[in-house]
Amino acid sequence: MSFWEYANPKRFMALSSAALPWFTALTALVLSVGLIWGFFFTPDDFRQGSTVKIIYIHVPSAFIAINAWLMMLVTSLVWLVRRHHVSALAARAAAPIGLAMTCIGLITGAVWGQPMWGTWWEWDPRLTSFLILGLFYLGYIALWEAIDDADTAADLTSVLCIVGSVFAVLSRYAILFWNQGLHQGASLSLDKEENVHDVFAYPLWTCIIGFVLLFITLVLLRTRTEIRARRVKALIARERMA
Amino acid sequence: MMPDLGKYAVSVLSAYGATLAIVALLIWISLRRGRKVQDELRSLEGRRDDA
Repeated sequence: MSFWEYANPKRFMALSSAALPWFTALTALVLSVGLIWGFFFTPDDFRQGSTVKIIYIHVPSAFIAINAWLMMLVTSLVWLVRRHHVSALAARAAAPIGLAMTCIGLITGAVWGQPMWGTWWEWDPRLTSFLILGLFYLGYIALWEAIDDADTAADLTSVLCIVGSVFAVLSRYAILFWNQGLHQGASLSLDKEENVHDVFAYPLWTCIIGFVLLFITLVLLRTRTEIRARRVKALIARERMA
Repeated sequence: MMPDLGKYAVSVLSAYGATLAIVALLIWISLRRGRKVQDELRSLEGRRDDA
């Protein structure tokens, strides 16, 4: 069976129906373990004190905020090239999750930044591009809502998604491009010298996996809703014509 | 059981509180809309079967 057959709404509904309970249970388990481990069983940092515990929510939420947009970029390109409705609806379903994660990243960053940097906000390249990414999420959601014809909305939001991808990439790599600003480099990377200590890294990785699972679970759930909403729209239109 | 968060207790707890509130709101909105659309679809398909 071809991979593209999962883009068939019926197949997607059957597959996601079977997968959702497993993803829900796994998300609850991994996220609980990661957050409890990080909050209750890790030491304070010698410089940052207990504020280091914010890392377990700030880094995973920012990671999802950026990568949700990249997932939307891939599904938008699939829509533009292959015209699979499920991929356009999956992008639409992911946007509010990305927006919520951007808000969490901004709030937790401000709350962490205030005691550490002495300011809630700084027009630093990374923070600014992340804020703009949040505004792109808002624009993307608004555009879907504003256009009645689903295919036209999918086309226009896909183009917006391609444009906004610049800011998703900038949010991740701004620090490398400009080498200035308050925000530090990656907390976790394959370069061992840059990484946080293992005592923080293990629960952080667990939280990142938990947030990824949460994202997948919510995307599955919300895409199912979008597929049903599209069917509702089609049935109402058919009733009107009859 | 509660760790000693020292002078940063307000910062840490408010960050966690805001995160949990936003995630809970997102889940609640997703489930509520899902149920609403599912009910709407059931009723439309029921009407269609009756006709």
